Amino acid sequence: MRTLKFLLQKEFKQIFRNKALLPLIFVVPIVQLLILPLAADYEVKNINISIVDHDHSTYSQQLISKITASGYFQLADYGNSFQSAFNQIEKDKSDLILEIPQGFEKNLVRENEQKLFIAVNAINGVKAGLGGAYLAQIISAYNNDIRLQWVQPDKYNTAPVITVASSNWFNPFMNYRFFMVPGILVVLVTMVGAYMCALNIVKEKEVGTIEQINVTPIKKYQFVLGKLIPFWAIGMFIFSIGLFIVARFVYGIVPVGSLLLLYGYLSIYLIALLGLGLLISTFAETQQQAMSVAFFFIMIFMLMSGLFTPLDGMPQWAYIIAKSIPVTYFIEVVRMIILKGSGFSDIKYHFIIMIGFAVLLNGLAIWNYKKTS
Amino acid sequence: MKQFLSFVRKEFYHVFRDSKTLLMLFGLPIVQIVLFGFALTNEIKNSKIVICDYAKDEATQQIINKIEASRNFEIQKALMSHKQIEEAFKEGNTKLAIIFPTNFNKDLLHLNQAQVQIIADASDPNTANTLTNYATNIIMDYQQELMKNNAMPFRIIPELRMLYNPELKGATNFVPGVMALVLMLICVMMTSVSIVREKETGTMEVLLVSPFNPFLVIISKAIPYLFLSLINLTIILVLSITLLDMPINGSVLLLFATSTLLIICALSLGLLISNVTQSQQAAMLISMMGMLVPTMLFTGFMFPIENMPVPLQVICNLIPSKWYYTIVKSIMIKGLGFSAIWKEILVLFGMTCFLLVVSFKKFKTRLV
Repeated sequence: MRTLKFLLQKEFKQIFRNKALLPLIFVVPIVQLLILPLAADYEVKNINISIVDHDHSTYSQQLISKITASGYFQLADYGNSFQSAFNQIEKDKSDLILEIPQGFEKNLVRENEQKLFIAVNAINGVKAGLGGAYLAQIISAYNNDIRLQWVQPDKYNTAPVITVASSNWFNPFMNYRFFMVPGILVVLVTMVGAYMCALNIVKEKEVGTIEQINVTPIKKYQFVLGKLIPFWAIGMFIFSIGLFIVARFVYGIVPVGSLLLLYGYLSIYLIALLGLGLLISTFAETQQQAMSVAFFFIMIFMLMSGLFTPLDGMPQWAYIIAKSIPVTYFIEVVRMIILKGSGFSDIKYHFIIMIGFAVLLNGLAIWNYKKTS
Repeated sequence: MKQFLSFVRKEFYHVFRDSKTLLMLFGLPIVQIVLFGFALTNEIKNSKIVICDYAKDEATQQIINKIEASRNFEIQKALMSHKQIEEAFKEGNTKLAIIFPTNFNKDLLHLNQAQVQIIADASDPNTANTLTNYATNIIMDYQQELMKNNAMPFRIIPELRMLYNPELKGATNFVPGVMALVLMLICVMMTSVSIVREKETGTMEVLLVSPFNPFLVIISKAIPYLFLSLINLTIILVLSITLLDMPINGSVLLLFATSTLLIICALSLGLLISNVTQSQQAAMLISMMGMLVPTMLFTGFMFPIENMPVPLQVICNLIPSKWYYTIVKSIMIKGLGFSAIWKEILVLFGMTCFLLVVSFKKFKTRLV
């Protein structure tokens, strides 16, 4: 116990003495948490539209003003040549083209049917799909308006109508930040924890001080604990600042569920994560190696964990990979507890799996750490 | 010149001897292309939903069958009461609940009006929105079938054409993004770390006291990474053409030329970081923590830049990979030539010059 105390003292001193590293550990995550959720917004607004109007009729004018008044679209270009509108797309100045053919008004009234041409820049598939859908909605609403001008509506519904009432629970204002902030917080804690822990031990290897520790009677587990505990504490600290200061005061996110449960899970998660850091450090010889291995994993963690893209859309093999990443579970749990107020019984499997990760990773790390070189 | 070449050779030895790092250098882009190409989509499939059917009549059964047939939904269970919905949501897997009131079919046929309620778990607003739309569309389809007989007058039929990417594949958007991300991060990280390592282990001092020009020492450090990055770029391109069916509609030469420009830009940024830091850990933290997430977000391939608040849009313009991303899209997918992208190239070139000048200014030929 006394040995462990001295080891801890040494680690904390080393961390707090490093004036270059300290601000990076604490300031960078907070700044990122302040900025990134503002940038991570999938909601598509401000779609730039080019309109090619060959008709120049009252109807085409009405349709155009309806589109620009909707709030989704900004008129980037208005003219009567498709080629010049297409140039706007090539230059990224506009996202879609609406072409109104000649005789639009006339044909609509006389022949009861008229086509409109929409061309969407589909490099970004999501945006293209949404933009096209919004425009189709506006056009069909305009279509209804025209119908009402010409056809007298019946007094009663003659056709069966199903009304759909939809409501959104847990986040009624559909604030995307409520969804992103907890996830980004998890990633930041993960990055700090895994890197710092992996780099710290490899640094001792590289500088050679690990030899000095190896020749002392310090036990393997004492050494590992001495490395784990400080970073565990730092991880807890950063998470708390992020949750209680940034998330609450900047984004107005107040956890619905139990804080005790959240912290219980966090502490197990950190142990598992630091175990991964330890494991990397036992394999790597230089800091550059440790960093590139850690980078490799973090990259996969970030992309596969369901932070940005939903897990449900993944093919089976990718889903299995996603489910074998600790970060996935923690992001799920954080979102469940903070946003939905899930209780222990809802996440008991998450707990069991995370404990499994913690035991497995740390076990491997201790087993692989050799005191002799 | 001969001296310079032997220095470059020394650096190549350093890089090639470290097989673990090398593996990561080449493994990372490959894994990323595969992930982005196959695993990550914004499409929402097989979402688990629950249904609470109080009516249990012909109409609700038909709607439920339609929902079950759609590949977007997977009905998890039928609830007996709406009180179980909250429980299902809290358990985490359920994304949507659909409730049919009693006498649904009767109301629909006799009163010509019936109600359906859709409740979404909006803790993920995007998914909630999309799923609600899907479900509404299915129900509307059913309604359409009921009144198939009377056709609408005055129909406007919008004809939708998807340019460049008719199948709406995610890869078309992601591949240029991954190229920008990988080239940028690897170059910045590797150069900054390899220089700082010499500082940390003390070999830098030996190099500085040698009669060799110190600037050339630094440049020779960057050359292996320039070389490796070009190989990486080739791997990414070959993979995305063969595996993901990406087109290269424009000039390959122009693509490589602009990529080289980005690589040099990133290398200069790496040099700058290595000049202002003293330890490998600090250099890594800056280039990883400081660069990874921002580069990912501000390049504009994950989230549309137009949606961000104005100050962030300004920041986006300071990120070299954002300009490169636009260039790659223009060359690879749109097939445009130099005349369409000279502005972006000029910006990248300006950034590179600026970074190089600053990092050479900051470079000290003496240790502290």
